Amino acid sequence: MATVPTSRADTTAAKKPKEAKKGHPSGDKRFKVLDITMKRAQYRPDVLIEVLHKAQEAFGYLEEDVLLYVARGLKLPLSRVYGVATFYHLFSLKPGGTHTCVVCTGTACYVKGGGQVLSALEEHFGIQVGDTTPDGEMSLLSARCLGACGIAPAVVFDGTVAPKQTAELALEKVKGWME
Amino acid sequence: MDLTELQEIAEAERQAQKSIRVHCCTSTGCQAANSLGVKKNLEGAVKAADLGDRVQVVGVGCMGFCGRGPLVEIDPQDKLYEEVTPDDAASIIESLNGGTATANEGDLNHPFFARQMRIVRETSGKIDPERIEEYIAAGGYQSLYKVIHDMTPAEVVDQISKSGLRGRGGGGYPTGLKWATMAKMPGEQKYVICNADEGDPGAFMDRSVLESDPHRVLEGMAIAGYAVGATQAFIYVRAEYPLAIDRLQKAIKQAKRLSLLGSQIFGSPFDFKVDIRIGAGAFVCGEETALIASVEGGRGLPRPRPPYPAQSGLWGCPTLINNVETFANIAVIIREGAEWYANIGTEKSKGTKVFALTGKIRNNGLIEVPMGITLREIVEEMGGGVPDGEVKAVQTGGPSGGCIPASLLDTPVDYDSLVTIGSMMGSGGMVVMDETTSMIEVAQFYMEFCRGETCGKCIPCRVGTVQMYQALTKILKGEATMRDIEQLEQLCGMVKDTSLCGLGQTAPNPVMSTLRYFRDEYLVLLQDSPNGKVAVKS
Repeated sequence: MATVPTSRADTTAAKKPKEAKKGHPSGDKRFKVLDITMKRAQYRPDVLIEVLHKAQEAFGYLEEDVLLYVARGLKLPLSRVYGVATFYHLFSLKPGGTHTCVVCTGTACYVKGGGQVLSALEEHFGIQVGDTTPDGEMSLLSARCLGACGIAPAVVFDGTVAPKQTAELALEKVKGWME
Repeated sequence: MDLTELQEIAEAERQAQKSIRVHCCTSTGCQAANSLGVKKNLEGAVKAADLGDRVQVVGVGCMGFCGRGPLVEIDPQDKLYEEVTPDDAASIIESLNGGTATANEGDLNHPFFARQMRIVRETSGKIDPERIEEYIAAGGYQSLYKVIHDMTPAEVVDQISKSGLRGRGGGGYPTGLKWATMAKMPGEQKYVICNADEGDPGAFMDRSVLESDPHRVLEGMAIAGYAVGATQAFIYVRAEYPLAIDRLQKAIKQAKRLSLLGSQIFGSPFDFKVDIRIGAGAFVCGEETALIASVEGGRGLPRPRPPYPAQSGLWGCPTLINNVETFANIAVIIREGAEWYANIGTEKSKGTKVFALTGKIRNNGLIEVPMGITLREIVEEMGGGVPDGEVKAVQTGGPSGGCIPASLLDTPVDYDSLVTIGSMMGSGGMVVMDETTSMIEVAQFYMEFCRGETCGKCIPCRVGTVQMYQALTKILKGEATMRDIEQLEQLCGMVKDTSLCGLGQTAPNPVMSTLRYFRDEYLVLLQDSPNGKVAVKS
């Protein structure tokens, strides 16, 4: 098992500014964001998680090509990049739906019926948490805790937190997307 | 920047403030309930009523009563309006001229507010977190000036030790001792890390502090840096807190602009830089060695201690890691003195603690109380008890803590008492449960959490959590026998004793505490139920 290298202290070694890359051979503009992030951090390996965040923002998910590009940029083995991308829950290696619905499953939401909201959504659309509807319209996800416990149960619809949800309210909202 | 300039900024800000301030909460909870719409209408109403010369609308941080948001407070009239809608805005502004407000008026004398003692949250909900000037006007950054100019690093460490402050992340390690160890470590490069990876479900104290008063945390970190000899710091924030990240970024920028962070702070040779590191959704990263691995850009895997981070941490350098709330206490301790702080709380747990009071309780929200207050006072007096029902249990400490039965509500809240009854302080989540909650399901819920969050490095945790989850499922299905309970108990002890890091060592706590206090609930589900009740047949 790969342990985390602690001998990266001599950051100066990695600092050697290389020629600015010409971007991805495909000419895809989205890779530029990754270039900027990596360059600003002088291609130090500790910027990996931040670059992956940027990549996920730009591409929606982390496709293999992106992981390869990041690995080359930061001079890291692909296994390390893949290891990090799969370790953290927020990184996704498969494409998501047009809309996302994140149900909080923290304790306060659980005690107040967040679980029922989630199972109602799962049942109605016939998908499991983590999946996307077959038409690619909605990804159903869960969060460990949004820290919005005062307004439990909370559901995030496309990045907007909605307070005090019930199965009916959540279904109505999601059905609205499908029309 | 020197003291005169700092005082000038404070004075100019105080002059610019209008005589009546309408505080509108803009934290995550209230924003979700459309507080930004309320704020916009309030601003419009002030303009329409032509009150701009004496009334200002201020977007502030969390006021604490999150269950009844959006909240609007009139300062200095001490009026609080709850569940305000954008339509109420005009009438609230009219009420300043003698009209009547249509919004629900809250009771600021209610124990929920009256019993609190605000140290960490002294300016939360009173100042605009996005403007450094407001923090400075409230006395901000004066403690940093004081330590840099009037105190030696050793004196600062001494003050923190004397204050009796203990780590607010849950473990309760004496902060002064940690700082003293760090200060003694040789080496040119040392780091300070602020642990803002608040992963416990049901806890949002750190989010609220960062959203409401980011500068307080930055000031505490800078004082720590001065005391232990570090020049570079990181704040590791969960990605689930976008608003907190945004406000921190703004705060760091503003502090840099005024040279309160960066090089030669207050004209001294002391440099201190702060960078933000954003997590990516891994509960284990709240453990300090895993957090360090994640800051380094790797997988968040913990490693055995010793060596402790104070000896060998980030990139092998001595590293001080403290929680958000711990840092938020520092500036006040320096300002008011260690003796003042040490007079608050109990003999072994000093100061105050912020709790997130949630679940089946009337008054949901954040409270800050002196240590030593009893659970009953918190739950029944401040929280107002369970709506239509009785308290069955209070869960503290998240997945690492335990369930405290109603019979033990008179336990004082401090680090040691909670450990004695099989729970722990944790970071401050307090979830109230009533008779409708099955304690075995709660245990299963937490075990599902730990099963999903184990990093997989050590076997007791990786395999043990799965097996405990299976055992709990078997019990819930009514397929278990007394033998399964015995096995479950053995497993709990084994995982607790042999896991590598805090996640595994504390994962069995919810199971052990429910087995201890709610054993009957388990026993009636057994096929060979020993207490005579008819067992459930599958």
